[in-house]
Amino acid sequence: MKTLKFLILLMLSINGYSAVEYRKFDTVQQEQAYKILTEELRCLVCQNQTIADSNAALAQDLRRQVYEMLRQGKSKDQITDYMTQRYGDFVLYNPPFKAKTGLLWIGPIVFLLLGLVMLVLFSRRKKQLEEVDIPDAELKKEQEKKAKVKGLLEQGEQS
Amino acid sequence: MLKYLMPLALFIVMAVFLALGLKLNPKDIPSPLIDLPAPDFALPVLDQPERTLTKHALIGDVWLLSVWASWCGSCRAEHPIFNQLAKQKLVTIVGLNYKDEPADAKQWLAQLGNPYDVSIMDLEGRTGIDYGVYGVPETFVVDKKGIIRYKHTGPVDVRDMQEILIPLIKKLKAEIG
Repeated sequence: MKTLKFLILLMLSINGYSAVEYRKFDTVQQEQAYKILTEELRCLVCQNQTIADSNAALAQDLRRQVYEMLRQGKSKDQITDYMTQRYGDFVLYNPPFKAKTGLLWIGPIVFLLLGLVMLVLFSRRKKQLEEVDIPDAELKKEQEKKAKVKGLLEQGEQS
Repeated sequence: MLKYLMPLALFIVMAVFLALGLKLNPKDIPSPLIDLPAPDFALPVLDQPERTLTKHALIGDVWLLSVWASWCGSCRAEHPIFNQLAKQKLVTIVGLNYKDEPADAKQWLAQLGNPYDVSIMDLEGRTGIDYGVYGVPETFVVDKKGIIRYKHTGPVDVRDMQEILIPLIKKLKAEIG
């Protein structure tokens, strides 16, 4: 009875596997290269997913292409080149450093530096403001006022 | 004075960047194939599957490669515009029937009209990959030497046809092959 139950459950579980593509590789390295490549290539239909994540028809086709090329003994670079020749650098999640992608790579660093420069400038100016000398005449007036108040207070205490 | 100008300047810079970002179409990915030879293909013809058409048979003439499928909704939108173009007999229009059922494709053409001089079947989408197809419909303009000169992604509207495609086709036709 237990075996029967087990077998029935086993039969049901096959449905879960049917959606997953089954790929057979010659070597472990090939399988790893497949995993890395499909996670580095962008699905161009659903642009924020890799072809490994996406189930769009195009992603399936591109996975098949990567798989076939690996089985043919093509290297990772050859496959990446193949994809960029057809779809441009946009297909790569890790675009190469080029004149066209320069802003993408340098932009954040430029903004960070800009922020730091501004931080230094602002804190310097604040310090300067604190250290500003008060003109003599005004200082004298202030001192006289203080003396007057002090005198009044002392008078009050005496009376 | 600078104290007030600085935030204003920052705001303007940010606003310009955001405005540009809004105007850009993320679906418009520049094709690396422009000004390169059109990739080779040898695909069966939709009406006569025993016949194959290759790219080499088209060299010497300006032609359009229009990627379409019966399952593609926006192909329906651009279809009348291609029917119009076909009537003008200006250019050879090759239909790349992309990942479609041949029976569905034939029915689609019978229903909506057939602007294509010939339709070829890319059942597995392999020629599609060679042409960097990612959003059907797509239209490629190929010159007499077999070089891709222009690519349009998404449905072609009347304006695209009148202002971009037709002038370009006329210009390419005037070139010496």
